[in-house]
Amino acid sequence: MGYLSKILNLVWKDLVIEFRAKEILSVMLIFAILVPIILAFSLNSAQETTENIFPGIIWVALTFSGILGFNRTFLNEKQNDSLLGLMLTPVDRTAIYFAKVIVNFTMMIFTEAVTLPLLFILFDFRFRGSILTLVLVIFLGTLGFTSVSTFLSALSANTRASEILLPIILFPIIIPVIIAAVQSTGIVLVGASIGEIASWIKLLGVYDVIFMAVPFILFEYILEV
Amino acid sequence: MLALLTPPSAGEVIIAGQSASAKPLNYRKKIGVISHNTFLYNNLSAYENLLFYGRMYDVPNLKKRINEVISEVGLKYSLNDPVRNFSRGMQQRLSIARAIIHEPEILFLDEPYTGLDQAAVKILNNVLLKLKNNERTILMVTHNFEQALNMSDRLVILVGGRIVHETPGSFLTLESLKDLYLNLVEER
Amino acid sequence: MSKKLKGHTFLGWLTFAMIIFALYMALVHAPVERVMGVVQKIFYFHVASAWNAFFAFFVVFVASIIFLKTRNRKWDIIAKVSAEIGVVFTTIVLVSGPIWARSAWNRWWVWEPRLTTTLILWFIYLAYILIRSASIEEDKKGVLAAAFGIIGFLDVPVVFFAIRWWGSLYHPEVVKGSGGGLHPAMFQALIACVVAFTFLYFYFLQKGIFIELSRLRIEKIKEELRAEN
Repeated sequence: MGYLSKILNLVWKDLVIEFRAKEILSVMLIFAILVPIILAFSLNSAQETTENIFPGIIWVALTFSGILGFNRTFLNEKQNDSLLGLMLTPVDRTAIYFAKVIVNFTMMIFTEAVTLPLLFILFDFRFRGSILTLVLVIFLGTLGFTSVSTFLSALSANTRASEILLPIILFPIIIPVIIAAVQSTGIVLVGASIGEIASWIKLLGVYDVIFMAVPFILFEYILEV
Repeated sequence: MLALLTPPSAGEVIIAGQSASAKPLNYRKKIGVISHNTFLYNNLSAYENLLFYGRMYDVPNLKKRINEVISEVGLKYSLNDPVRNFSRGMQQRLSIARAIIHEPEILFLDEPYTGLDQAAVKILNNVLLKLKNNERTILMVTHNFEQALNMSDRLVILVGGRIVHETPGSFLTLESLKDLYLNLVEER
Repeated sequence: MSKKLKGHTFLGWLTFAMIIFALYMALVHAPVERVMGVVQKIFYFHVASAWNAFFAFFVVFVASIIFLKTRNRKWDIIAKVSAEIGVVFTTIVLVSGPIWARSAWNRWWVWEPRLTTTLILWFIYLAYILIRSASIEEDKKGVLAAAFGIIGFLDVPVVFFAIRWWGSLYHPEVVKGSGGGLHPAMFQALIACVVAFTFLYFYFLQKGIFIELSRLRIEKIKEELRAEN
């Protein structure tokens, strides 16, 4: 089997485990709805202001529920020290990274697919933009967020207090994604053309490329025993 | 280090006349490891665990091979049960199956007998014997003198990370091995 | 050992002299700014600290790469010490910035790209120090911290551009640095401060490395003693 099919094998394994346990995804889903509710109460959102804060609410919800889930990325691998078993198999370390990114990305997309429509209803938001552009923005934002988070969760998994360490090391790093994603989502939601968000899309693209490539190089070091 | 998880601080690992660190992927294909950790996924069934690891090792005719190894460790009737429900001994047996699924040329054992029940010990011994008869290399690290003596052709005693004694196993009795070991530790 | 210590002391005295000189340049030599008054003097130390913070983090970045490549413990220590010094200088920037801003723009904090990026920078390297202080075995800690040191530094320019574009939506042209018509004496004072602070950085760096090495030596001696007993 080649590199790609090994990645698929790794992804298959994680998704089957997650499908059985439903531990992570259920928490992510609930949290992604719960956070906006808290925000709705604390921001006292009147109908006029909703338009301004809605994109922010979306991304705060997604980042928070994402972090909650990503903390568990390497939990399966710790149970019986199977990460060690994985590293003994003849597969490039980077395949392990990409497989984890794909798994996390899948879970994020699933969370988004379920919660976003609910948020539109909850905040009674009239969507005026193009769905395709919104999907593009969310895709790029989620990709950048996921690739960095996966890498940093591998990093923090080495420590005993990984669950409290991850948010602290992750948030400063993902600030560009948050800014670009919130801004471009906001523009798309009110129905602007893709030209108006071109520079934000570019920023997201650059971020995605940098933070896929660098972990790709560094991941091997992180996994060293 | 021999399993190439840690880069050696000095020198290199040479297996069968070839430097192992030069082509780690090829090398990893040839080794199997049994340790006191099972490396298994609790939420997967025995079959899925073997399927997963078999695919990682590019095992040809994987389904047939899974059936072979699973009967070898006597878990044929628990094939589709999740590992979570297995007893410690059963998990260890499955771990043995996992380690030999790709027919490794060299098998590393790190304290393999810790936590094994009698059935598992017997199975492990059979597996090792079979591999030995197939002219495979087996390297076992243990603190159990009796097992060490019974199993091995060559015995190496390490104290403080250095080889302090090397001898063919048949030259020693259990008593003399114990004395020898204690003397060597004391000398340091 | 004794020779090394001499160089250390020399650097210390040199830095001391440089700082005194820089203080003279900034407080006496440079004229008082007409609009902002005396508060403007903060500017010299503010800029010097900012330059040093960035320089320190650049050293972390380079040392991290070299450490991952060579596995020489020395580079790990340099990265660690440099990050700590960088955080101290960043803190000075973040404290002096608002004080200046209060009198210049009549607001404590302005979400100005440079200042905001510095704030994020501060958080990134606090995270770096937290990774350093997490409970991991010593060898592995260096590798993990190095990986984060590299990621963190690469993130900085992206953060800056993101914040700049974001800020331009809300704060059009609030800020213009006091560049442009800088009085020659002011410029000289600024240079003096930057140079003096750079010396201070190297003094701290050397001291920090010395402390780290001593710590390692003490641990080694303890280990030996334990082995003997």
